[in-house]
Amino acid sequence: MTQWNDNPVLTVEHLTMRFGGLTAIDNLSFNVGRGDITALIGPNGAGKTTVFNCTTGFYKPTEGRLVMRRTNGEKYLLERMPDFKISAHAKVARTFQNIRLFGGMTILENLMVAQHNPLMVASNWTIGGLLGLGGYRHANVDAIEKAKYWLDKTGLIDRADLPAAELPYGDQRRLEIARAMCTGPELLCLDEPAAGLNPKESLELNELLMYIRKEHDTSVLLIEHDMSVVMEISDHVVVLDYGVKISDGTPEEVKNDPHVIAAYLGVDDDEVDQIEEEVGL
Amino acid sequence: MQAVKKPSLLESSLKDAAGGALVTLALAAVMIGMKVDVASGRGAELFIEYRWFAVAMAVVVVFAGRLVMNLFFWRTDNSVAAAVSGLMPKSKAGSGLGAALKPLLLIVAIALPFALMFWLGARGSRQYIDLAILVTTYVMLGWGLNIVVGLAGLLDLGYVAFYAVGAYSYALLAQYFGFSFWICLPLAGILAAFWGIILGFPVLRLRGDYLAIVTLAFGEIIRVVLLNWYEFTGGPDGISGIPRPTFFGLEFTRGEGGFADFFGLDYSSIHRIIFLYYLILIMALMTNFVTMRLRRMPIGRAWEALREDEIACRSLGINTTNTKLTAFALGAMFGGFAGSFFATRQGFISPESFTFIESAVILAIVVLGGLGSQIGVVIASIFMIGGFEFFREFEEYRMLVFGLLMVVIMVWKPRGLVSTRAPSVSLSKSAKGISADLVQEGHG
Ligand SMILES: Nc1ncnc2c1ncn2[C@@H]1O[C@H](COP(=O)(O)OP(=O)(O)O)[C@@H](O)[C@H]1O
Ligand SMILES: [Mg+2]
Repeated sequence: MTQWNDNPVLTVEHLTMRFGGLTAIDNLSFNVGRGDITALIGPNGAGKTTVFNCTTGFYKPTEGRLVMRRTNGEKYLLERMPDFKISAHAKVARTFQNIRLFGGMTILENLMVAQHNPLMVASNWTIGGLLGLGGYRHANVDAIEKAKYWLDKTGLIDRADLPAAELPYGDQRRLEIARAMCTGPELLCLDEPAAGLNPKESLELNELLMYIRKEHDTSVLLIEHDMSVVMEISDHVVVLDYGVKISDGTPEEVKNDPHVIAAYLGVDDDEVDQIEEEVGL
Repeated sequence: MQAVKKPSLLESSLKDAAGGALVTLALAAVMIGMKVDVASGRGAELFIEYRWFAVAMAVVVVFAGRLVMNLFFWRTDNSVAAAVSGLMPKSKAGSGLGAALKPLLLIVAIALPFALMFWLGARGSRQYIDLAILVTTYVMLGWGLNIVVGLAGLLDLGYVAFYAVGAYSYALLAQYFGFSFWICLPLAGILAAFWGIILGFPVLRLRGDYLAIVTLAFGEIIRVVLLNWYEFTGGPDGISGIPRPTFFGLEFTRGEGGFADFFGLDYSSIHRIIFLYYLILIMALMTNFVTMRLRRMPIGRAWEALREDEIACRSLGINTTNTKLTAFALGAMFGGFAGSFFATRQGFISPESFTFIESAVILAIVVLGGLGSQIGVVIASIFMIGGFEFFREFEEYRMLVFGLLMVVIMVWKPRGLVSTRAPSVSLSKSAKGISADLVQEGHG
């Protein structure tokens, strides 16, 4: 049951990130399996968002390697790429813990911005589009169709022309996922997508993620606090605590790992040792 | 039946103002009222010059100022903002008007010279057509700057630099190589765009206030170089004898082969003025056309997205450096076009025409019109430039009146005259404009 080691889409090797004296991530290695939903969990401040920021190029890791393997066989060393190229070429998309939408633009426009790169090519870097060449017009129609597809999937289609800032919180979260999907990613990184959602919205989110995984060959790496969500939908769980990986395995394995229990319940180290003895570690 | 009567607004305001005036009196009596000077007549003796009138002025100003602020601004229940808003038409009424306004303005703009000629004759209308040319030039500059400030959200305080580059490009190319206006116009645009990129590279990492300061400095540097490079630019003497534009090779001169002669008209100097008016009108409309088209294309959406959230842009694979550079270059290019028009219209340019105040006026037009709004720029230009000329009789007071009017407008409509953003693409036909309260102003 270690398919993530056999066919990883993302390999994180010895990742270390220091901010001055603070080591936010310490020698972290793990794999994200192709086609899996991988959950990255851990208490607040464990360094989960920092892993995302390193993966998507917003931080340059102090040490370590991040290898992205695309389905077409291309290999990208993410730690060497500027952020926008990671999205454009390595096909890694992300959402943000504190939602970052284009609030003054409509929902549809948000999704059109996400398709910037293919549209730029279709418009011959604006010149063709300015002259009204047909290629761009077709590409534009296709882009709107793609946006409509994702609006339909996220249940936002009837509000497509509303400004994004006017959406309720839960819908904003879904719009951010739709926007990330419009870039056509092979790895989708979601930073606490269920935070602040009510149980119904949370359920819809699970369905959306399952759908994305099944229909779009997109592997999902998500940060999550809600253990019930993690247990239900993820194939693989990686647990971080103070920047160190303390557990890695199937949800079942991780759930019963005493280190995880200790980290989550805030037990003393003595007690951990005690439990470890009990379970025979 | 109020047991404890709250002091009335006037009463408390008066008290507060009197207190302020008293403090002023105490401070001003020594700081302003007495001035130590060296007597010139009786050796180098020191003496004190008393200036009680100045003290009185200071006290009165503070008293009146605090009273006004207390009465109208600081008490929220009776703010001038609310009062002024009440007096002004509601924005709802404005938006219905908006749809009809654009074609109406266009028709007026096209018919203007003939209407003026009809009513006022060639002599009387010249002054007004000149004013219209000036207003249209500012409309074009405003539209150019709108790309940078309104769409991309990059605060550029040195826009006049590109105007100067355009003007000097034409003047110098004409002077040294004898190029005509029609060859120089694109060259001036390209050169200005080039300078836009030159400026863009170092400042792209800066945001907000820093960007504003560097662009401001850039504008001043260009002016100072033009001022001091005497051998090349003529320094403060400027460049004169800049060739006038021709109408497809026809010059606006008296006699054989001129414009009037060719069309069998009587020669009149107004022909050239009208030609210049249509020239700048077409140039401005081109600017608008290109901008409106770009807004609906990926690059334009990327500009606006950049204004909304730069980090999100990068997470979507948008090269923000290039995107900012194109905004800078394009804005600069239109500035350059307008600059070469300015040179050919004036026939004479000097660095004096390109001071910071020009940048400030253009920026004020964009902000007053409503960031990102094309029609807002037109209204603001007419109001500002037209108003400026209108108040010319008041001499030194016009700046004061003008400043006050601007304050009133910004209190009434803090997001500019046109404060809705039209979506660049929509599914339904009846998509509504987006309130400016939701639209970001950009951070850099
Ligand atoms: N840009 C930064 N500069 C300094 N410290 C940071 C920065 N980003 C994150 N950190 C620190 O790294 C640690 C991990 O943070 P983060 O990755 O946000 O945790 P979480 O697991 O809750 O997402 C925290 O102690 C945080 O203060
Ligand atoms: Mg986090």
